[in-house]
Amino acid sequence: MTIRPYLSILVAVAILALAVSLARSNTFANAIVTAMIVAIAGYGWNLLGGYAGQFSFGHAAFFGAGAYVDAVLQARYGVNAYPAFALAVLAGAGVGGAIGYLSFRAGLRGSYFALITLAFAEVMRIIANAAPIAGGAAGTLIRLDPSLTHFQFQSRLPYLWIALAFVAFAMALTRWVERRRFGAYLVAVRENEAAARALGVDALAVKLRAILVSAALTALAGALYAQYFLFVDASIAFGPWISIEALMGPIVGGLGTVFGPLVGALALHFLGEFARAVAGRIPGVDLALFGALLILAVALARDGVQGVAIGLARKWRARGA
Amino acid sequence: MLAPPDIVAAAIVNGLMTGAVYALVAVGLTLVYGVLHIINFAHGAILGAAMFAAYVAYRAGVDPYLAMGPLAAAFFALGYGVQRLIIGPASHGEDRNVLLVTLGLSIVIENLLLAVFSSDTRTIDVPYGFSTLDLGFVLLALPKMVAFGVSCVVGAALWALLTATDTGKAIRAVAKERMGATLVGIDPPRVFAVTFGISAACLAVAACLLLPIYYVNPRVGEAYVLVAFTIVVLGGMGSIPGAMIGGLLIGVVESLSGLFFGDSLGQLGIYLIFILVLLLRPTGLFGAAA
Repeated sequence: MTIRPYLSILVAVAILALAVSLARSNTFANAIVTAMIVAIAGYGWNLLGGYAGQFSFGHAAFFGAGAYVDAVLQARYGVNAYPAFALAVLAGAGVGGAIGYLSFRAGLRGSYFALITLAFAEVMRIIANAAPIAGGAAGTLIRLDPSLTHFQFQSRLPYLWIALAFVAFAMALTRWVERRRFGAYLVAVRENEAAARALGVDALAVKLRAILVSAALTALAGALYAQYFLFVDASIAFGPWISIEALMGPIVGGLGTVFGPLVGALALHFLGEFARAVAGRIPGVDLALFGALLILAVALARDGVQGVAIGLARKWRARGA
Repeated sequence: MLAPPDIVAAAIVNGLMTGAVYALVAVGLTLVYGVLHIINFAHGAILGAAMFAAYVAYRAGVDPYLAMGPLAAAFFALGYGVQRLIIGPASHGEDRNVLLVTLGLSIVIENLLLAVFSSDTRTIDVPYGFSTLDLGFVLLALPKMVAFGVSCVVGAALWALLTATDTGKAIRAVAKERMGATLVGIDPPRVFAVTFGISAACLAVAACLLLPIYYVNPRVGEAYVLVAFTIVVLGGMGSIPGAMIGGLLIGVVESLSGLFFGDSLGQLGIYLIFILVLLLRPTGLFGAAA
């Protein structure tokens, strides 16, 4: 394994680390942690949606599975935070495998796949909202006990570094997949499934592996969310908001790219903050701006913000030459 | 869990009434799917917007039933414009882009409604709101009867429009064979916009029928849109009779599962049917084999 392809990731992480180490206020730290959790969920979505071309509208199913398993194991079964975290990621992969097996086996793709993932997420939301083991509508609280052994911390700072480490991991994982044969299979399935099949690619197996990794990564984001806020309920964990955020980041930032989900999540986050500052206290205006941006991103930039930036840089360089 | 037969009968009749409105909501969705081969994620948000339009009209002193005609016309124009000016140009003719653009539209519409009307849940008070009709074994709310009747009439009218008029012929032609339609002088982007307009007009009618019996808030459309997706899939994507029958069926299923499992789990029945149909028979009960 050479280090070269990973250099740009190191640079990005260093820049982020610099920003993180400058974080003084709690609000800022909070904003960054949340944005990074969303970015990790976006990385999960990006592997399936961006690379393999299977647009899921229900990544909340995986995020929620991660968040709930992490919280319920600790709160109800007294499991230590670290095994709970690992099991949460596994549970997410399990849910992903099950949904993927059912949907891909049935040959669902495009709109049909988007719809069935949406329905699965809604089913899980309703069940989590009603099941006593998940705390019902009241949700589940993880007992506050800040110490390293419980993976909880007094200050927000450690969470910043943990979230950053996981973002770095997600980027490296994406790059690794991209450079492997498996990454090429993903792109082949996205571009032309029939052709990929004709060339001997087992499309079903490729899509199944993609959704397994994708779901595990998004479940990791969910578990991190539970660990950070120490609380989950059905509308947070399985709500449509996270399905939408997980797909908007990569699309705005750049589909099927290593930096897309991060760039998109940060851009959307700061745009949201900006919109909130401009809109004042009227609820909804910031999200309306969000939606408008999504439309604009699709209309103007098929390769996302990153693509536009690269295009501009190229043009600028061409003029300079 | 056994319920007395008269309660079950009442639940079935009530389910049929609600189902007719569901059908009306779903007809627009299935029409757009059949012609444009896209799923309009903004469908629920447009319904929400139409319900608020009817609400504003009511506040201005116009009964929702009277507002139905003008609102349907206004929403036809709106749908036409949205497809022509936003969805068409922004999606570059790619299906998954349409998906995202309509998702973006739904976020914009819902949150604009939230900004203007706040998240309060509102209801209106019409003089006939509590009028009932006694069928012997079941008491029927008058507004529900009206909703049922008008939905059926609109569904039939739509069917007639598609089968008997030139516009309908053009729509069906574009749905079947875009290239061929272009060659005989039909302008597909115009047909898309007309289709979208018809779909939005159906939603305006549904909104006026729903307002006297339901509440309205900025997210009200969400409650209907997944139900509508289920109906569309159940009836076979693109099939109007399928959507009408599917709507009635889902109305009854929801009403019965609400009766037996309670309200919160009652919804589950709909999603499970949705998933099962997608997995086992994605062409739907009435759709042609793909």
